[in-house]
Amino acid sequence: MVLVLALGDLHIPHRAPDLPTKFKSMLVPGKIQHIISPGNLCIKEVYDYLKSLCPDLHVTRGEYDEDPRYPETKTLTIGQFKLGLCHGHQRQLDVDILITGHTHQFKAYKHEGGVVINPGSATGAYSSITYEVNPSFVLMDIDGLRVVVYVYELIDGEVKVDKIDFKKSPTSQ
Amino acid sequence: MYKDIVLPRVLEQVVNCKDELAQYYLMDCIIQVFPDDYHLQTLETLLGACPQLQPTVDIKTVMSQLMERLSNYASLSPEVMPEFLQVEAFTKLSSAIVRVIEAQPDMPLVGAISLHVSLLTFTLRVHPDRLDYVDQVLGACVKKLSGKGKVEESKATKQIVALLSAPLEKYNDVMTALKLTNYPKVLEHLDYATNKVMAGVIIQSIMKNTTCISTADKVEALFELIKGLIKDITGAPSVDELDEEDFKEEQNLVARLVHMLVNEDQEEMFKIITTVRKHFLQGGPRRLSFTVPPLVFSALKLVRALQTQEGEGEEGPVTPKKIFQFLHQTVEALATVPAPELALRLYLQCAEAANDCDIEPVAYEFFTQAFILYEEEIADSKAQVTAIHLIIGTLQRITVFGVENRDTLTHKATGYSAKLLKKQDQCKAVYVCSHLFWVEDEGGVKDGERVLLCLKRAIRIANAAQQMANVTRGNSGPATLFVEILNKYLYFFEKGNPQITSNLIRDLIELIATEMQSENASQDPSVDAFFASTLRYIQFQKQKGGALGEKYDAIQA
Repeated sequence: MVLVLALGDLHIPHRAPDLPTKFKSMLVPGKIQHIISPGNLCIKEVYDYLKSLCPDLHVTRGEYDEDPRYPETKTLTIGQFKLGLCHGHQRQLDVDILITGHTHQFKAYKHEGGVVINPGSATGAYSSITYEVNPSFVLMDIDGLRVVVYVYELIDGEVKVDKIDFKKSPTSQ
Repeated sequence: MYKDIVLPRVLEQVVNCKDELAQYYLMDCIIQVFPDDYHLQTLETLLGACPQLQPTVDIKTVMSQLMERLSNYASLSPEVMPEFLQVEAFTKLSSAIVRVIEAQPDMPLVGAISLHVSLLTFTLRVHPDRLDYVDQVLGACVKKLSGKGKVEESKATKQIVALLSAPLEKYNDVMTALKLTNYPKVLEHLDYATNKVMAGVIIQSIMKNTTCISTADKVEALFELIKGLIKDITGAPSVDELDEEDFKEEQNLVARLVHMLVNEDQEEMFKIITTVRKHFLQGGPRRLSFTVPPLVFSALKLVRALQTQEGEGEEGPVTPKKIFQFLHQTVEALATVPAPELALRLYLQCAEAANDCDIEPVAYEFFTQAFILYEEEIADSKAQVTAIHLIIGTLQRITVFGVENRDTLTHKATGYSAKLLKKQDQCKAVYVCSHLFWVEDEGGVKDGERVLLCLKRAIRIANAAQQMANVTRGNSGPATLFVEILNKYLYFFEKGNPQITSNLIRDLIELIATEMQSENASQDPSVDAFFASTLRYIQFQKQKGGALGEKYDAIQA
């Protein structure tokens, strides 16, 4: 059982002051093995905070990120899964799970043999594309060929959790 | 009996012995030994002895102990509260402190302030609802500090910080602290560095308690308190002398604060952002890149609130147009920093918001500003690539432009795309421009020919890039660009662009296959994988059947 936290588009401090208190109290150091973020943190303090939750932190660059050294895309392997990370959307990463951001809207769906996940905006930040953004993030539980995607959304002050199951076919390319 | 006989006699002895050690010990004893309700009833007498003691006695500790005992008494037995009021405990303690300070002219400042800190602690515990008492204590401090200017001695400074932090911690609401008229006056006496630290404490308190500051007047009062962070104060060290990290931290704190300055009433909200901007513009170029963005997004949120509200339209005192004017002037201020890349991003956000409000001229104006920045201020080639992609991405989502305006802007976008420095970047930007001519939404432009023109142009650039690489490096580089363009072909093919025919796709596939097999090709496994997954996708679609499957069937791979 490997826990991977996916969250992005925080836009601190330009569009949001901080993570919602209810989220902060749930994110405790030591419980998560990896954190991946499709970007737009935007400042170092946020990076440091995420790093304190889990030292294995991967970030790709969003348009407002302060640090220019984050890569445009990233791939990593966790267990049986190849994960891809980028701020927009790409077919060429050839991964099982693609994490993207930008729209500030949570999405998780099957696509061309893999899974695309957009964890939305962890702070519910303003987006020119999406109105009425609810703060959300995703926690993935990778276990063998199966990944359970838990999405946490803050709706009207309450944290609601939903889960989606994905199985990877054993005959993978 | 205690009150009339015992205490006066004992105190007489204490005062007359004139021995500082004995006096201290005896006073301490009296306070510790006799019960609290005795002390309450004999407060005047007890306190009356204090100024008469030897000047070297540590009277502040004695008095602090007394006040602490009384505070505990009050919190443990709330029913004695009326007694406190009846004996006027606060007033007596307050005047006693003044008399003691007067009687000991050599008492260091830190001593005097710490006495007031003790009294404040007492007041906050015993009479938390009496803001006038709290203000009085601060007022007494102001009097003590008057004429002393900025306090330099660090122990005294620490006491002043304790004095100012206590109400914040007690009330958890900065608004209460703002009501204390003497609060800013005490703050004035801190040296610049500590003043900023205190300002930081105030902001942290707001953030921690998620307090909303909801009127322009309150914002003014708050900004007056934290002005050391907002702008350069005469006499303070200049911004350039500050440590970079510290400066960033404090400015980011101010930025986060902006999101707490909110009111659902739109008129008041507009007053708030106007007030905030007035202060931020006094902050100088180094602060603007931190403070302008959150202000801009605050204003954009207000636009959205106005939008989603039916009926008000152009009649109300606050209109989207007014806010866009505000936004224009605000983003313009970044020119003094200068921060063209940030300004470009913000102009694009504003353009999109104007689009959502159906205000074509305003949206066009914002795009104009963005392009001007691109042309005149963004010279770095990497920055240009990011900027042009942002412009294209935003422009693609704009629906409000009429044909002429749209054409001008798309023409500029494609033109600049083709002029990027590196051929690879040119190719990418040009094929991304294809999306400008095909918008999925109903009524969106669907110009199949111009889409194809973009893609063909991209192929030409990719070819040129390969030839150049052949000459300069001896191999033609990876076929990545071609595969990317192929994927674009497939995208528009699926969307039904009649100009993208199955033959074109087949030809491009053959081209890629040839390229990759040629001896000049550099081997790149990721490109192979990308091409393979693209071909797989085509197969996948064929097998899916249905209308799309038929289309894909036409592609002979």
